[in-house]
Amino acid sequence: MKAGIILFPGTNRERDMALALARVTGAKPAIIWHGESELPAGTDLVVLPGGFSYGDYLRCGAMAAQSPIMRAVADFAARGGHVLGVCNGFQILIEAGLLPGALLKNASLRFLSMDCHLKVERTDTPYTSQFQPGAVFRSTMAHGDGNYFAGDETLDQLEGEGRVVLRYCTPEGAVTEAANRNGSVNNIAGIVSPNRRILGLMPHPENQVDPDIDGTDGLPMFQSIAATFATA
Amino acid sequence: MTDLPTPLDAARAKQLSAEFGLKGDEYDRVLAILGRTPSLTELGIFSVMWSEHCSYKSSRFWLKQLPTTAPWVIHGPGENAGVIDIGEGLVAVFKMESHNHPSFIEPYQGAATGVGGILRDVFTMGARPIANLNALRFGSPDAPRMKRVIDGVVRGIGGYGNCVGVPTVGGEVNFHPRYNGNPLVNAMTVGIAKADRIFLSAAAGVGNAVVYLGSKTGRDGIHGATMASTEFAADSEDKRPTVQVGDPFAEKLLIEACMELMATDAIVAIQDMGAAGLTSSSVEMAGKGGVGIELQMENVPQRETGMTAYEMMLSESQERMLMILKPGREAMAEAIFRKWELDFAIIGHLTDTGRIVIRHHGVVEADIELAPLESQAPLYERPWVPTPKLPVLGTVADPVGLKAALLTLVACPDLCSRRWIWDQYDSMVGGQTAKRPGAADAAVVRVEDHKRALAMTTDCTPRYCLADPEEGGKQAVAEAWRNITAVGALPLAITDNMNFGNPEKPEIMGQFAGAVMGIGAACRALDFPVVSGNVSLYNETEGRGILPTPAIGGVGVLEDVAQAIGLAMPADHDLVLVGATQGWLGQSLWLREIAGREEGAPPPVDLVAERRNGDFVRAQILAGAVTACHDCSDGGLLVAVAEMAMASGIGAVLEASGDHAFWYGEDQSRYVLAVPAAAPILAAAAAAGIPATRIGHSRGGDLVLPNGDAISILTLAAAHEATLPALMRDGA
Repeated sequence: MKAGIILFPGTNRERDMALALARVTGAKPAIIWHGESELPAGTDLVVLPGGFSYGDYLRCGAMAAQSPIMRAVADFAARGGHVLGVCNGFQILIEAGLLPGALLKNASLRFLSMDCHLKVERTDTPYTSQFQPGAVFRSTMAHGDGNYFAGDETLDQLEGEGRVVLRYCTPEGAVTEAANRNGSVNNIAGIVSPNRRILGLMPHPENQVDPDIDGTDGLPMFQSIAATFATA
Repeated sequence: MTDLPTPLDAARAKQLSAEFGLKGDEYDRVLAILGRTPSLTELGIFSVMWSEHCSYKSSRFWLKQLPTTAPWVIHGPGENAGVIDIGEGLVAVFKMESHNHPSFIEPYQGAATGVGGILRDVFTMGARPIANLNALRFGSPDAPRMKRVIDGVVRGIGGYGNCVGVPTVGGEVNFHPRYNGNPLVNAMTVGIAKADRIFLSAAAGVGNAVVYLGSKTGRDGIHGATMASTEFAADSEDKRPTVQVGDPFAEKLLIEACMELMATDAIVAIQDMGAAGLTSSSVEMAGKGGVGIELQMENVPQRETGMTAYEMMLSESQERMLMILKPGREAMAEAIFRKWELDFAIIGHLTDTGRIVIRHHGVVEADIELAPLESQAPLYERPWVPTPKLPVLGTVADPVGLKAALLTLVACPDLCSRRWIWDQYDSMVGGQTAKRPGAADAAVVRVEDHKRALAMTTDCTPRYCLADPEEGGKQAVAEAWRNITAVGALPLAITDNMNFGNPEKPEIMGQFAGAVMGIGAACRALDFPVVSGNVSLYNETEGRGILPTPAIGGVGVLEDVAQAIGLAMPADHDLVLVGATQGWLGQSLWLREIAGREEGAPPPVDLVAERRNGDFVRAQILAGAVTACHDCSDGGLLVAVAEMAMASGIGAVLEASGDHAFWYGEDQSRYVLAVPAAAPILAAAAAAGIPATRIGHSRGGDLVLPNGDAISILTLAAAHEATLPALMRDGA
């Protein structure tokens, strides 16, 4: 598979993501500068990694969503391309209109850097196929603006279409308020597009892929990606 | 040389020199060097270069006595940061620096720019920053403004570090009323470079371009270094305009642009513009290189209109660097900085005159010979009196019993969980953090694309330093060495951040001298040299000084990150105490929190035993014989065991018999090891002549004390976790 990671000014988790992808694919992903107007030919997966694009000085992700490369990413997505946005990348996907809703300031109004547990709501997506159905896995989060919000109509649509793929939960899998540290509506941690090929999520499973660092709880997500393109 | 700058009126110059913080005889020396009255810009340059902050005039005499060399030390003090060899052709570059005064005046920006400044000191040497740590001292949490200070400092550190994408992995916090008017914010950065790609600051090559990089220059922070060299008075709020505003986004771009340029061969020398901004960077780079420098101030990128040469030379605007480029590389370098949307301007060139010449629109604003600016900088061997030794504390009765004391101690501000703080710091970005805050005695961060990892910590016990600066200095170094050892790493070198009161007071200078002697002794005994550091004096408000606080940042290396162990106590393990216990309650937290007394001599550090015990523990860890390890420090043995239990949620049955002094004494050089079986370790310790005792066994969910009292780990942890959130609720 051929993955490309978009680098915006202020992106800071591109190396984490490259290491995670390389671990499952054996290939180093391309790093694509935000000023480019085209993706490298043959790109299978575009990743918008975490960070503080443009310092988060306007609304998180709002400036990056206007970058030249995002037009190419939107075209790629419209053609059925796979796009993964993590943390700031999720914020950018929302600002670019590729996923619905909004990411507000955490309910505590503080940056939250901590473990979280995620319930995998469906395994028939390109990003979750290697999880067991109903799986719960540990990840970490690190964000100030991860409080997912959507209006009732959008929310009903997301839930009705089964597009909420990841929810914050307890280690035992209970979807509770206490497990929902940033205050997201319906404990939403990650959602997909109608064709399930665009995933946006706030936590950082790319930091849980190495037994020597923080365990391999997040590895199935990357194994899922590898499996998606191995069979494609 | 043609023109001379326009001198100030003589009387006005003398008056201004005092306002700028120059003493009378220091100003006389300025007149002698120049042979005339200075211009405003010249007076500004002299006053910041000769400020305590930049010249170390009170501390240099003592700092020269610290050991700074070892076979693995590549660059000791004198560069932007220290550089040590960590094997496989790699070096670690690190330093700790204070931002105390700004952080009290404007906590968020003061702390944030402290992080930004120390990051620049490290990446300016060619190292990619891989970790930040911070050593914080706050006043009593209920003191006026203190919650706002705590909240602002923590947000500022997080706001900057999180945005630049460097994980904040460790640090320490103390609370004491003596910091009420003068909190301490000491920030440390550790970076990694290839040994053959280290960049230094000495300028070379007459005619080479002097390049300004980064953000634009504004009027912020003018005379910040001077502010950091005086005591605070009640009007310190008025000094807010001297605090700079940080832009971590610009810093992130600056890091990436510098890394990209540093991969080429274009750079001759580079230095960040820290305290005293363009003045100190240009003077130091030219001075170290033995060349002259000429700057055209109209070429400096400016954020505001109508700025004078004086303002530009003294500005402490953040996220700026000065660089000397090889001839012909200007266009390539500029393209890299433009790509990252940063300012790039050629503002001057190197000369063979040995002088710094500042021109603004053709008018000479300053013309100073560089050599005497450094060689004739004031150096004071200030009068000092040794700190009187305190008597060793006698027997103290136990007023509450072991169990009640433990519940109080784990919840007291100096021992309670720091989770409220570290939850606001991204400790994982970079994907290499193997031991994050709370997981081990030292943070462990792997080097990307290697198995090798660095262990790092910051340590100081200010109440020991107040009671006995020399023992306190020793203890700070020893504890850093111990914390690095406790994860299995080999301690290599330290950075020191010397925070003290007014050095013009002989008793304060005595604290400084004592601490230096203690630090030096410990560094020598432990082969743990000082490779960088920072001094912050005049930490006094309305005449009352802080506790003497020589904060030590230590760095060690592990050949394989998989060898690192943490402090979480697993079930069904024997607990072994390594090191001798006399039951030293003097200056202990038990004495302060339970008996309500701050008395006695602090626990002495036997440096021979320290080294012997630590080398033994490290060897056992690296042999794979130890599952978890924690040093005994604040709170003593029982608190150490409780911390190991809370980290895992597993309890223990303690069997060693001893009184409150045994369990809460703060005897040094001790470790608690969780091992599958005690016998082999006890035998190895006996063979090596090292005191070691089995003190219990881990199991269940309670901590069962030798007298049969049991405390649920959940209860302990709840008390431990509740304190900071409760303290900060109404201030946050």
